[in-house]
Amino acid sequence: MNTKSIFSAALIVAALAATPAFAQDSGTLKKIKDSGGATMGVRESSGGLSFTLGDGKFAGFHVDLCERVLADIRKQLGMSQMNIKFQPVTSQNRIPLMQNGTIDIECGSTTNNTARQKDVAFAVTTFVEEVRIAVKANSGITSIGQLNGKNVATTTGTTSVQLLRKHERANGVDFKEVFGKDHADSFLLLESGRADAFVMDSQILAGLIAKSKTPGDYKIVGEILNVEPINIMMRKDDPAFKKAVDDSLIKLMKSGEIAKIYDKWFLQPIPPANVRIGLSPSDATKAAWANPNDKPAEDYTKKCTANC
Amino acid sequence: MANWDWQVFCKNTIDGEVVSSCFGSGGDITYLDWMLSAWGWTVSVSLLSLAVALVFGSLMGILRTTPSRSLVFLGNAWTELFRNIPLLVQIMLWYHVLPALIPALKDVPSFLLVVAALGLFTSARISEQVRAGIQSLPRGQRMAAQAIGFTLPQTYRYVLLPMAFRIIIPPLTSESMNIVKNSSVAFAVSISELTLFALQAQEETSRGIEIYLGVTALYFITAFAINRVLHFIEQRVQVPGLIAAGGK
Repeated sequence: MNTKSIFSAALIVAALAATPAFAQDSGTLKKIKDSGGATMGVRESSGGLSFTLGDGKFAGFHVDLCERVLADIRKQLGMSQMNIKFQPVTSQNRIPLMQNGTIDIECGSTTNNTARQKDVAFAVTTFVEEVRIAVKANSGITSIGQLNGKNVATTTGTTSVQLLRKHERANGVDFKEVFGKDHADSFLLLESGRADAFVMDSQILAGLIAKSKTPGDYKIVGEILNVEPINIMMRKDDPAFKKAVDDSLIKLMKSGEIAKIYDKWFLQPIPPANVRIGLSPSDATKAAWANPNDKPAEDYTKKCTANC
Repeated sequence: MANWDWQVFCKNTIDGEVVSSCFGSGGDITYLDWMLSAWGWTVSVSLLSLAVALVFGSLMGILRTTPSRSLVFLGNAWTELFRNIPLLVQIMLWYHVLPALIPALKDVPSFLLVVAALGLFTSARISEQVRAGIQSLPRGQRMAAQAIGFTLPQTYRYVLLPMAFRIIIPPLTSESMNIVKNSSVAFAVSISELTLFALQAQEETSRGIEIYLGVTALYFITAFAINRVLHFIEQRVQVPGLIAAGGK
Protein backbone atom coordinates (compact mmCIF):
# COMPACT_ATOMS: atom_id res chain seq x y z
CA MET A 1 0.00 0.00 0.00
CA ASN A 2 2.99 2.21 0.55
CA THR A 3 3.99 1.71 -3.04
CA LYS A 4 0.52 2.90 -3.97
CA SER A 5 0.95 6.23 -2.27
CA ILE A 6 4.44 6.67 -3.68
CA PHE A 7 3.07 5.76 -7.10
CA SER A 8 0.30 8.33 -6.79
CA ALA A 9 2.85 10.93 -5.75
CA ALA A 10 5.01 10.01 -8.73
CA LEU A 11 2.00 10.35 -11.01
CA ILE A 12 1.23 13.77 -9.65
CA VAL A 13 4.83 14.90 -10.09
CA ALA A 14 4.84 13.50 -13.64
CA ALA A 15 1.58 15.27 -14.38
CA LEU A 16 2.95 18.54 -13.09
CA ALA A 17 5.99 18.23 -15.33
CA ALA A 18 3.82 17.36 -18.32
CA THR A 19 1.24 20.13 -17.96
CA PRO A 20 3.01 22.95 -19.84
CA ALA A 21 3.48 20.76 -22.90
CA PHE A 22 -0.28 20.30 -23.18
CA ALA A 23 -1.08 23.95 -22.69
CA GLN A 24 -0.05 24.52 -26.30
CA ASP A 25 -2.14 21.61 -27.54
CA SER A 26 -4.93 22.75 -29.78
CA GLY A 27 -7.69 21.15 -27.80
CA THR A 28 -9.41 17.89 -27.11
CA LEU A 29 -11.64 18.05 -30.21
CA LYS A 30 -8.58 18.11 -32.47
CA LYS A 31 -7.00 15.31 -30.44
CA ILE A 32 -10.14 13.18 -30.86
CA LYS A 33 -10.29 13.85 -34.58
CA ASP A 34 -6.58 13.18 -35.15
CA SER A 35 -6.45 10.02 -33.07
CA GLY A 36 -9.84 8.72 -34.13
CA GLY A 37 -10.93 8.12 -30.57
CA ALA A 38 -11.32 9.34 -27.02
CA THR A 39 -10.40 7.94 -23.60
CA MET A 40 -13.09 8.01 -20.96
CA GLY A 41 -12.05 8.05 -17.30
CA VAL A 42 -14.38 5.76 -15.36
CA ARG A 43 -14.70 4.47 -11.77
CA GLU A 44 -14.63 0.85 -10.67
CA SER A 45 -17.33 1.36 -8.09
CA SER A 46 -19.15 4.68 -7.76
CA GLY A 47 -22.71 3.50 -7.15
CA GLY A 48 -25.01 3.96 -10.14
CA LEU A 49 -22.89 6.77 -11.59
CA SER A 50 -19.97 4.74 -12.89
CA PHE A 51 -19.05 1.13 -12.21
CA THR A 52 -17.40 -1.88 -13.77
CA LEU A 53 -19.22 -4.82 -15.32
CA GLY A 54 -15.99 -6.80 -15.42
CA ASP A 55 -14.10 -7.66 -18.63
CA GLY A 56 -12.99 -4.04 -19.07
CA LYS A 57 -16.59 -2.88 -19.57
CA PHE A 58 -18.05 0.03 -17.64
CA ALA A 59 -21.55 1.40 -17.21
CA GLY A 60 -23.61 3.80 -15.14
CA PHE A 61 -25.49 7.09 -15.39
CA HIS A 62 -22.45 9.23 -16.13
CA VAL A 63 -20.88 6.65 -18.46
CA ASP A 64 -24.17 6.52 -20.36
CA LEU A 65 -24.29 10.33 -20.62
CA CYS A 66 -20.65 10.46 -21.78
CA GLU A 67 -21.32 7.88 -24.49
CA ARG A 68 -24.16 10.04 -25.81
CA VAL A 69 -21.99 13.17 -25.60
CA LEU A 70 -19.16 11.47 -27.50
CA ALA A 71 -21.64 10.24 -30.13
CA ASP A 72 -22.74 13.85 -30.65
CA ILE A 73 -19.11 14.97 -30.88
CA ARG A 74 -18.43 12.23 -33.43
CA LYS A 75 -21.23 13.63 -35.61
CA GLN A 76 -20.03 17.19 -35.05
CA LEU A 77 -16.53 16.23 -36.19
CA GLY A 78 -17.90 14.28 -39.12
CA MET A 79 -16.17 11.06 -38.09
CA SER A 80 -17.61 7.80 -39.34
CA GLN A 81 -16.61 6.00 -36.18
CA MET A 82 -14.98 6.74 -32.85
CA ASN A 83 -12.91 4.37 -30.80
CA ILE A 84 -13.84 4.87 -27.13
CA LYS A 85 -11.41 3.50 -24.56
CA PHE A 86 -12.17 3.11 -20.87
CA GLN A 87 -9.52 4.04 -18.31
CA PRO A 88 -10.37 3.26 -14.68
CA VAL A 89 -9.34 6.13 -12.38
CA THR A 90 -9.35 6.74 -8.63
CA SER A 91 -10.02 9.84 -6.53
CA GLN A 92 -6.25 10.28 -6.22
CA ASN A 93 -5.23 10.07 -9.88
CA ARG A 94 -8.21 11.38 -11.85
CA ILE A 95 -7.05 15.03 -11.94
CA PRO A 96 -3.40 14.31 -12.85
CA LEU A 97 -4.53 11.84 -15.54
CA MET A 98 -6.85 14.47 -16.97
CA GLN A 99 -4.12 17.11 -16.95
CA ASN A 100 -1.53 14.91 -18.65
CA GLY A 101 -3.94 13.82 -21.37
CA THR A 102 -4.33 10.16 -20.40
CA ILE A 103 -8.10 10.67 -20.22
CA ASP A 104 -10.14 13.15 -22.25
CA ILE A 105 -13.40 13.10 -20.34
CA GLU A 106 -14.02 11.76 -16.83
CA CYS A 107 -17.39 10.17 -16.20
CA GLY A 108 -17.28 9.16 -12.57
CA SER A 109 -18.30 10.84 -9.35
CA THR A 110 -16.16 13.96 -9.09
CA THR A 111 -17.42 16.78 -6.88
CA ASN A 112 -17.26 20.14 -8.63
CA ASN A 113 -15.59 22.57 -6.20
CA THR A 114 -13.60 25.78 -6.53
CA ALA A 115 -10.30 24.14 -5.55
CA ARG A 116 -10.61 21.66 -8.42
CA GLN A 117 -11.78 24.32 -10.86
CA LYS A 118 -8.22 25.69 -10.66
CA ASP A 119 -6.96 22.45 -12.23
CA VAL A 120 -9.79 21.14 -14.42
CA ALA A 121 -13.11 22.16 -15.97
CA PHE A 122 -16.55 20.70 -15.31
CA ALA A 123 -19.51 20.19 -17.62
CA VAL A 124 -22.95 21.40 -16.58
CA THR A 125 -24.14 19.67 -13.42
CA THR A 126 -25.87 16.39 -14.18
CA PHE A 127 -26.26 15.02 -10.66
CA VAL A 128 -26.50 16.64 -7.23
CA GLU A 129 -25.45 14.45 -4.36
CA GLU A 130 -26.81 14.62 -0.84
CA VAL A 131 -24.68 13.35 2.04
CA ARG A 132 -26.76 11.35 4.53
CA ILE A 133 -26.53 8.65 7.21
CA ALA A 134 -27.12 4.92 6.82
CA VAL A 135 -27.90 2.94 9.97
CA LYS A 136 -29.25 -0.48 10.87
CA ALA A 137 -33.02 -0.32 10.67
CA ASN A 138 -33.42 -1.60 14.24
CA SER A 139 -30.90 0.84 15.76
CA GLY A 140 -33.50 3.51 16.56
CA ILE A 141 -31.17 6.23 15.24
CA THR A 142 -33.06 8.84 13.22
CA SER A 143 -30.82 11.89 13.27
CA ILE A 144 -27.19 12.93 13.51
CA GLY A 145 -27.82 14.32 17.01
CA GLN A 146 -28.21 10.76 18.30
CA LEU A 147 -24.73 9.81 17.17
CA ASN A 148 -22.97 11.43 20.14
CA GLY A 149 -20.37 8.96 21.44
CA LYS A 150 -21.20 6.44 18.72
CA ASN A 151 -18.87 4.94 16.14
CA VAL A 152 -19.41 6.63 12.80
CA ALA A 153 -17.91 5.10 9.67
CA THR A 154 -16.88 6.91 6.55
CA THR A 155 -14.45 6.28 3.71
CA THR A 156 -10.86 7.54 3.69
CA GLY A 157 -10.17 10.05 0.93
CA THR A 158 -13.71 11.44 0.67
CA THR A 159 -15.10 14.85 1.51
CA SER A 160 -17.43 13.24 4.06
CA VAL A 161 -14.56 12.92 6.53
CA GLN A 162 -14.05 16.67 6.62
CA LEU A 163 -17.79 17.19 6.73
CA LEU A 164 -18.09 15.03 9.85
CA ARG A 165 -15.27 16.94 11.52
CA LYS A 166 -16.94 20.27 10.78
CA HIS A 167 -20.24 18.98 12.06
CA GLU A 168 -18.62 17.73 15.24
CA ARG A 169 -17.01 21.11 15.82
CA ALA A 170 -20.13 23.14 15.06
CA ASN A 171 -22.55 21.12 17.20
CA GLY A 172 -20.22 20.07 20.01
CA VAL A 173 -20.91 16.38 19.40
CA ASP A 174 -18.26 13.74 19.72
CA PHE A 175 -18.19 10.86 17.23
CA LYS A 176 -15.69 8.07 17.22
CA GLU A 177 -14.72 8.06 13.58
CA VAL A 178 -13.78 4.80 11.90
CA PHE A 179 -12.42 4.90 8.39
CA GLY A 180 -13.02 2.22 5.77
CA LYS A 181 -10.46 2.03 2.99
CA ASP A 182 -13.23 1.96 0.38
CA HIS A 183 -17.02 2.17 0.40
CA ALA A 184 -17.52 -1.60 0.55
CA ASP A 185 -15.19 -1.71 3.54
CA SER A 186 -17.05 1.10 5.31
CA PHE A 187 -20.31 -0.74 4.75
CA LEU A 188 -18.75 -3.87 6.22
CA LEU A 189 -17.97 -1.81 9.36
CA LEU A 190 -21.68 -1.00 9.64
CA GLU A 191 -22.70 -4.56 8.84
CA SER A 192 -20.34 -6.13 11.40
CA GLY A 193 -21.37 -3.66 14.11
CA ARG A 194 -18.00 -1.92 14.37
CA ALA A 195 -19.82 1.25 13.35
CA ASP A 196 -23.31 2.45 14.30
CA ALA A 197 -23.69 4.69 11.28
CA PHE A 198 -22.12 5.26 7.88
CA VAL A 199 -22.04 8.80 6.55
CA MET A 200 -21.71 9.03 2.76
CA ASP A 201 -23.27 10.20 -0.50
CA SER A 202 -26.83 8.91 -0.54
CA GLN A 203 -26.57 7.24 -3.98
CA ILE A 204 -23.56 5.25 -2.74
CA LEU A 205 -25.39 4.29 0.48
CA ALA A 206 -28.51 3.30 -1.47
CA GLY A 207 -26.42 1.20 -3.86
CA LEU A 208 -24.55 -0.58 -1.06
CA ILE A 209 -27.77 -1.31 0.81
CA ALA A 210 -29.44 -2.63 -2.35
CA LYS A 211 -26.51 -4.98 -2.94
CA SER A 212 -26.22 -6.19 0.69
CA LYS A 213 -27.38 -9.62 1.84
CA THR A 214 -30.41 -8.24 3.68
CA PRO A 215 -31.35 -4.80 2.31
CA GLY A 216 -34.30 -4.59 4.72
CA ASP A 217 -31.90 -4.38 7.70
CA TYR A 218 -30.59 -0.95 6.75
CA LYS A 219 -32.10 2.44 6.14
CA ILE A 220 -31.01 5.94 5.23
CA VAL A 221 -32.10 8.42 7.89
CA GLY A 222 -31.72 11.94 9.16
CA GLU A 223 -31.06 15.36 7.78
CA ILE A 224 -29.15 16.11 4.59
CA LEU A 225 -25.65 16.87 5.85
CA ASN A 226 -24.30 18.36 2.65
CA VAL A 227 -25.19 18.95 -0.97
CA GLU A 228 -22.56 18.61 -3.70
CA PRO A 229 -22.77 18.86 -7.47
CA ILE A 230 -21.21 15.82 -9.19
CA ASN A 231 -20.09 16.65 -12.71
CA ILE A 232 -18.47 15.20 -15.77
CA MET A 233 -14.89 16.49 -15.79
CA MET A 234 -12.64 17.65 -18.63
CA ARG A 235 -9.43 19.56 -19.25
CA LYS A 236 -9.27 23.21 -18.29
CA ASP A 237 -9.01 26.01 -20.84
CA ASP A 238 -10.57 24.09 -23.72
CA PRO A 239 -13.73 26.13 -24.43
CA ALA A 240 -14.53 24.37 -27.73
CA PHE A 241 -14.64 20.94 -26.09
CA LYS A 242 -16.55 22.22 -23.04
CA LYS A 243 -19.12 23.82 -25.34
CA ALA A 244 -19.56 20.60 -27.30
CA VAL A 245 -20.04 18.57 -24.09
CA ASP A 246 -22.35 21.14 -22.49
CA ASP A 247 -24.47 21.54 -25.63
CA SER A 248 -24.96 17.82 -25.85
CA LEU A 249 -25.93 17.54 -22.15
CA ILE A 250 -28.22 20.58 -22.27
CA LYS A 251 -30.00 19.00 -25.23
CA LEU A 252 -30.66 15.89 -23.08
CA MET A 253 -31.89 18.09 -20.22
CA LYS A 254 -34.20 20.21 -22.39
CA SER A 255 -35.74 17.17 -24.06
CA GLY A 256 -36.29 15.41 -20.74
CA GLU A 257 -34.23 12.51 -22.03
CA ILE A 258 -31.88 12.81 -19.03
CA ALA A 259 -34.70 11.86 -16.63
CA LYS A 260 -35.21 8.63 -18.59
CA ILE A 261 -31.51 7.86 -18.47
CA TYR A 262 -31.53 8.57 -14.72
CA ASP A 263 -34.49 6.25 -14.32
CA LYS A 264 -32.61 3.49 -16.13
CA TRP A 265 -29.64 3.58 -13.72
CA PHE A 266 -31.19 4.57 -10.40
CA LEU A 267 -34.73 3.21 -10.43
CA GLN A 268 -34.52 0.07 -12.60
CA PRO A 269 -32.53 -3.07 -11.80
CA ILE A 270 -28.95 -2.66 -13.00
CA PRO A 271 -26.20 -5.19 -13.73
CA PRO A 272 -24.18 -7.04 -12.59
CA ALA A 273 -26.36 -8.16 -9.64
CA ASN A 274 -29.66 -6.97 -11.15
CA VAL A 275 -30.70 -4.97 -8.12
CA ARG A 276 -32.30 -1.56 -8.16
CA ILE A 277 -30.69 1.31 -6.26
CA GLY A 278 -34.10 2.92 -5.81
CA LEU A 279 -33.10 6.56 -5.44
CA SER A 280 -35.39 9.16 -7.03
CA PRO A 281 -33.70 12.30 -8.37
CA SER A 282 -33.36 14.88 -5.58
CA ASP A 283 -34.95 18.31 -5.91
CA ALA A 284 -31.49 19.79 -6.31
CA THR A 285 -30.75 17.41 -9.20
CA LYS A 286 -34.02 18.34 -10.90
CA ALA A 287 -33.22 22.02 -10.40
CA ALA A 288 -29.81 21.52 -12.04
CA TRP A 289 -31.48 19.88 -15.06
CA ALA A 290 -34.03 22.71 -15.31
CA ASN A 291 -31.37 25.43 -15.18
CA PRO A 292 -28.13 23.98 -16.57
CA ASN A 293 -25.09 25.45 -14.79
CA ASP A 294 -21.61 24.50 -13.60
CA LYS A 295 -21.63 26.19 -10.19
CA PRO A 296 -19.19 24.69 -7.67
CA ALA A 297 -20.16 23.04 -4.38
CA GLU A 298 -19.40 26.26 -2.50
CA ASP A 299 -22.38 27.96 -4.17
CA TYR A 300 -24.70 25.22 -2.95
CA THR A 301 -23.46 25.59 0.63
CA LYS A 302 -23.98 29.35 0.50
CA LYS A 303 -27.51 28.89 -0.70
CA CYS A 304 -28.10 26.49 2.16
CA THR A 305 -26.78 28.73 4.93
CA ALA A 306 -29.05 31.50 3.64
CA ASN A 307 -32.17 29.33 3.57
CA CYS A 308 -31.64 26.91 6.42
CA MET B 1 7.45 24.31 -9.09
CA ALA B 2 6.33 27.90 -9.02
CA ASN B 3 2.82 27.02 -7.94
CA TRP B 4 3.72 24.92 -4.91
CA ASP B 5 1.93 25.94 -1.79
CA TRP B 6 3.65 24.85 1.41
CA GLN B 7 1.21 26.95 3.42
CA VAL B 8 -1.13 23.99 3.09
CA PHE B 9 0.41 22.47 6.22
CA CYS B 10 -0.47 25.58 8.22
CA LYS B 11 -4.14 25.42 7.29
CA ASN B 12 -6.76 24.76 9.92
CA THR B 13 -8.44 21.41 9.23
CA ILE B 14 -11.92 22.80 9.95
CA ASP B 15 -12.17 25.97 7.88
CA GLY B 16 -9.04 25.78 5.70
CA GLU B 17 -7.73 29.16 6.95
CA VAL B 18 -3.96 29.56 7.31
CA VAL B 19 -2.90 29.74 10.98
CA SER B 20 0.08 32.06 11.48
CA SER B 21 1.96 29.84 13.96
CA CYS B 22 1.30 26.68 11.87
CA PHE B 23 0.08 24.95 15.02
CA GLY B 24 -3.56 25.00 16.02
CA SER B 25 -4.83 26.12 19.41
CA GLY B 26 -7.94 25.66 21.49
CA GLY B 27 -8.85 22.25 20.11
CA ASP B 28 -8.36 23.31 16.49
CA ILE B 29 -5.66 21.49 14.61
CA THR B 30 -3.73 22.31 11.46
CA TYR B 31 -2.66 19.82 8.82
CA LEU B 32 0.85 19.98 10.32
CA ASP B 33 -0.50 18.98 13.75
CA TRP B 34 -2.42 16.18 12.08
CA MET B 35 0.61 14.97 10.14
CA LEU B 36 2.77 14.89 13.28
CA SER B 37 0.12 12.93 15.15
CA ALA B 38 -0.12 10.57 12.17
CA TRP B 39 3.66 10.17 12.34
CA GLY B 40 3.25 9.21 15.99
CA TRP B 41 0.82 6.45 15.00
CA THR B 42 3.18 5.21 12.28
CA VAL B 43 6.10 5.08 14.72
CA SER B 44 3.99 3.40 17.45
CA VAL B 45 2.63 0.75 15.10
CA SER B 46 6.10 0.12 13.68
CA LEU B 47 8.01 -0.16 16.96
CA LEU B 48 5.43 -2.32 18.72
CA SER B 49 5.13 -4.60 15.69
CA LEU B 50 8.91 -4.84 15.54
CA ALA B 51 8.98 -5.95 19.18
CA VAL B 52 6.34 -8.60 18.50
CA ALA B 53 8.15 -9.69 15.34
CA LEU B 54 11.53 -10.02 17.07
CA VAL B 55 10.14 -12.08 19.95
CA PHE B 56 8.07 -14.49 17.84
CA GLY B 57 10.49 -14.51 14.92
CA SER B 58 13.46 -15.44 17.10
CA LEU B 59 11.48 -18.08 18.95
CA MET B 60 10.16 -19.71 15.80
CA GLY B 61 13.54 -19.46 14.06
CA ILE B 62 15.19 -21.24 16.98
CA LEU B 63 12.50 -23.95 17.08
CA ARG B 64 13.19 -24.72 13.43
CA THR B 65 16.80 -25.64 14.21
CA THR B 66 16.16 -27.83 17.26
CA PRO B 67 16.57 -31.63 17.11
CA SER B 68 12.87 -32.11 17.98
CA ARG B 69 10.77 -32.93 14.92
CA SER B 70 7.55 -31.58 16.39
CA LEU B 71 9.17 -28.25 17.32
CA VAL B 72 10.65 -27.97 13.82
CA PHE B 73 7.22 -28.65 12.39
CA LEU B 74 5.65 -25.98 14.60
CA GLY B 75 8.24 -23.41 13.52
CA ASN B 76 7.89 -24.32 9.85
CA ALA B 77 4.10 -24.22 9.97
CA TRP B 78 4.15 -20.82 11.69
CA THR B 79 6.56 -19.38 9.14
CA GLU B 80 4.73 -20.72 6.10
CA LEU B 81 1.34 -19.64 7.44
CA PHE B 82 2.33 -16.02 8.00
CA ARG B 83 4.53 -15.51 4.99
CA ASN B 84 2.24 -17.05 2.38
CA ILE B 85 -0.74 -14.75 2.96
CA PRO B 86 -0.55 -11.17 1.69
CA LEU B 87 -0.17 -8.61 4.48
CA LEU B 88 -3.31 -6.65 3.63
CA VAL B 89 -5.34 -9.87 3.59
CA GLN B 90 -3.92 -10.79 7.00
CA ILE B 91 -4.91 -7.40 8.40
CA MET B 92 -8.43 -7.84 7.04
CA LEU B 93 -8.57 -11.33 8.58
CA TRP B 94 -7.60 -9.94 12.00
CA TYR B 95 -10.03 -7.05 11.73
CA HIS B 96 -13.12 -8.54 10.10
CA VAL B 97 -12.96 -12.33 10.11
CA LEU B 98 -11.47 -13.30 13.49
CA PRO B 99 -13.85 -11.06 15.50
CA ALA B 100 -16.76 -12.74 13.70
CA LEU B 101 -15.46 -16.11 14.99
CA ILE B 102 -14.29 -14.93 18.41
CA PRO B 103 -16.69 -12.20 19.62
CA ALA B 104 -14.33 -11.12 22.42
CA LEU B 105 -11.94 -9.75 19.79
CA LYS B 106 -14.55 -7.15 18.81
CA ASP B 107 -13.61 -5.00 21.78
CA VAL B 108 -9.89 -5.12 21.07
CA PRO B 109 -8.76 -1.77 19.64
CA SER B 110 -7.82 -1.96 15.96
CA PHE B 111 -4.39 -0.61 16.90
CA LEU B 112 -3.57 -3.84 18.75
CA LEU B 113 -4.96 -5.97 15.92
CA VAL B 114 -2.69 -4.20 13.46
CA VAL B 115 0.31 -4.64 15.75
CA ALA B 116 -0.48 -8.34 15.98
CA ALA B 117 -1.01 -8.70 12.23
CA LEU B 118 2.09 -6.76 11.19
CA GLY B 119 4.18 -8.26 13.98
CA LEU B 120 3.30 -11.86 13.16
CA PHE B 121 3.66 -11.30 9.41
CA THR B 122 7.17 -9.98 9.97
CA SER B 123 7.94 -12.68 12.53
CA ALA B 124 7.74 -15.23 9.72
CA ARG B 125 10.42 -13.37 7.82
CA ILE B 126 12.61 -12.92 10.89
CA SER B 127 12.19 -16.61 11.74
CA GLU B 128 13.63 -17.43 8.33
CA GLN B 129 16.61 -15.16 8.95
CA VAL B 130 17.25 -16.56 12.42
CA ARG B 131 17.13 -20.11 11.06
CA ALA B 132 19.53 -19.18 8.27
CA GLY B 133 21.86 -17.51 10.77
CA ILE B 134 21.95 -20.55 13.04
CA GLN B 135 22.38 -22.98 10.16
CA SER B 136 25.24 -20.97 8.73
CA LEU B 137 27.34 -21.92 11.76
CA PRO B 138 29.57 -24.99 11.41
CA ARG B 139 27.95 -28.14 12.87
CA GLY B 140 30.98 -28.62 15.05
CA GLN B 141 30.04 -25.69 17.27
CA ARG B 142 26.77 -27.29 18.37
CA MET B 143 28.51 -30.64 18.86
CA ALA B 144 31.33 -29.06 20.87
CA ALA B 145 28.86 -27.33 23.15
CA GLN B 146 26.99 -30.58 23.75
CA ALA B 147 30.27 -32.44 24.29
CA ILE B 148 31.29 -30.16 27.14
CA GLY B 149 27.96 -30.85 28.80
CA PHE B 150 25.79 -27.82 27.85
CA THR B 151 22.07 -28.48 27.81
CA LEU B 152 20.21 -27.57 24.64
CA PRO B 153 19.06 -24.16 25.96
CA GLN B 154 22.60 -23.43 27.14
CA THR B 155 23.97 -24.41 23.72
CA TYR B 156 21.72 -21.83 22.11
CA ARG B 157 22.22 -19.18 24.77
CA TYR B 158 25.99 -19.27 25.03
CA VAL B 159 27.21 -20.70 21.72
CA LEU B 160 24.83 -20.52 18.77
CA LEU B 161 22.71 -17.41 19.23
CA PRO B 162 25.47 -14.90 20.05
CA MET B 163 27.05 -15.69 16.71
CA ALA B 164 23.87 -16.19 14.71
CA PHE B 165 22.40 -12.84 15.73
CA ARG B 166 25.61 -11.00 14.85
CA ILE B 167 25.54 -12.62 11.42
CA ILE B 168 21.93 -11.64 10.68
CA ILE B 169 22.03 -8.00 11.81
CA PRO B 170 22.18 -6.71 8.19
CA PRO B 171 19.00 -8.54 7.00
CA LEU B 172 17.35 -7.70 10.33
CA THR B 173 18.05 -4.04 9.62
CA SER B 174 16.25 -4.30 6.29
CA GLU B 175 13.35 -6.08 7.95
CA SER B 176 13.06 -3.42 10.64
CA MET B 177 12.98 -0.72 7.99
CA ASN B 178 10.41 -2.73 6.03
CA ILE B 179 8.13 -2.75 9.04
CA VAL B 180 7.96 1.07 8.96
CA LYS B 181 6.97 0.99 5.31
CA ASN B 182 4.56 -1.93 5.75
CA SER B 183 2.85 -0.08 8.62
CA SER B 184 1.16 1.98 5.89
CA VAL B 185 -1.40 -0.81 5.44
CA ALA B 186 -2.75 0.07 8.89
CA PHE B 187 -4.79 2.80 7.18
CA ALA B 188 -7.08 0.02 5.98
CA VAL B 189 -8.33 -0.56 9.51
CA SER B 190 -8.81 3.04 10.47
CA ILE B 191 -5.48 3.80 12.16
CA SER B 192 -4.85 7.46 11.38
CA GLU B 193 -1.23 6.97 10.42
CA LEU B 194 0.69 8.73 7.66
CA THR B 195 -0.89 6.98 4.67
CA LEU B 196 -4.41 7.64 5.90
CA PHE B 197 -3.41 11.25 6.54
CA ALA B 198 -2.00 11.54 3.00
CA LEU B 199 -5.08 10.01 1.34
CA GLN B 200 -7.41 12.22 3.32
CA ALA B 201 -5.49 15.49 3.43
CA GLN B 202 -4.72 15.54 -0.29
CA GLU B 203 -8.43 15.08 -0.97
CA GLU B 204 -9.38 17.91 1.37
CA THR B 205 -6.71 20.39 0.31
CA SER B 206 -6.16 19.40 -3.35
CA ARG B 207 -2.43 19.86 -2.63
CA GLY B 208 -1.41 16.27 -3.21
CA ILE B 209 2.21 16.97 -4.14
CA GLU B 210 3.04 18.89 -0.98
CA ILE B 211 1.20 16.43 1.25
CA TYR B 212 2.83 13.36 -0.32
CA LEU B 213 6.28 14.94 -0.18
CA GLY B 214 5.80 15.73 3.52
CA VAL B 215 4.67 12.19 4.24
CA THR B 216 7.47 10.70 2.13
CA ALA B 217 10.04 12.70 4.09
CA LEU B 218 8.67 11.42 7.41
CA TYR B 219 8.69 7.79 6.22
CA PHE B 220 12.26 8.23 5.04
CA ILE B 221 13.38 9.83 8.31
CA THR B 222 11.77 7.05 10.37
CA ALA B 223 13.19 4.20 8.32
CA PHE B 224 16.61 5.83 8.13
CA ALA B 225 16.66 6.43 11.90
CA ILE B 226 16.06 2.71 12.42
CA ASN B 227 18.84 1.97 9.96
CA ARG B 228 21.27 4.19 11.93
CA VAL B 229 20.30 2.69 15.29
CA LEU B 230 20.84 -0.86 14.05
CA HIS B 231 24.06 0.16 12.33
CA PHE B 232 25.27 1.52 15.68
CA ILE B 233 24.30 -1.72 17.40
CA GLU B 234 26.06 -3.71 14.70
CA GLN B 235 29.29 -1.80 15.30
CA ARG B 236 29.03 -1.98 19.09
CA VAL B 237 28.54 -5.74 19.26
CA GLN B 238 31.09 -6.55 16.58
CA VAL B 239 33.71 -9.05 17.67
CA PRO B 240 36.84 -8.65 15.53
CA GLY B 241 37.58 -11.77 13.54
CA LEU B 242 34.38 -13.52 14.55
CA ILE B 243 32.69 -13.21 11.20
CA ALA B 244 35.01 -14.23 8.40
CA ALA B 245 34.47 -11.23 6.14
CA GLY B 246 34.39 -8.75 9.00
CA GLY B 247 37.41 -6.82 7.86
CA LYS B 248 35.90 -3.42 8.61
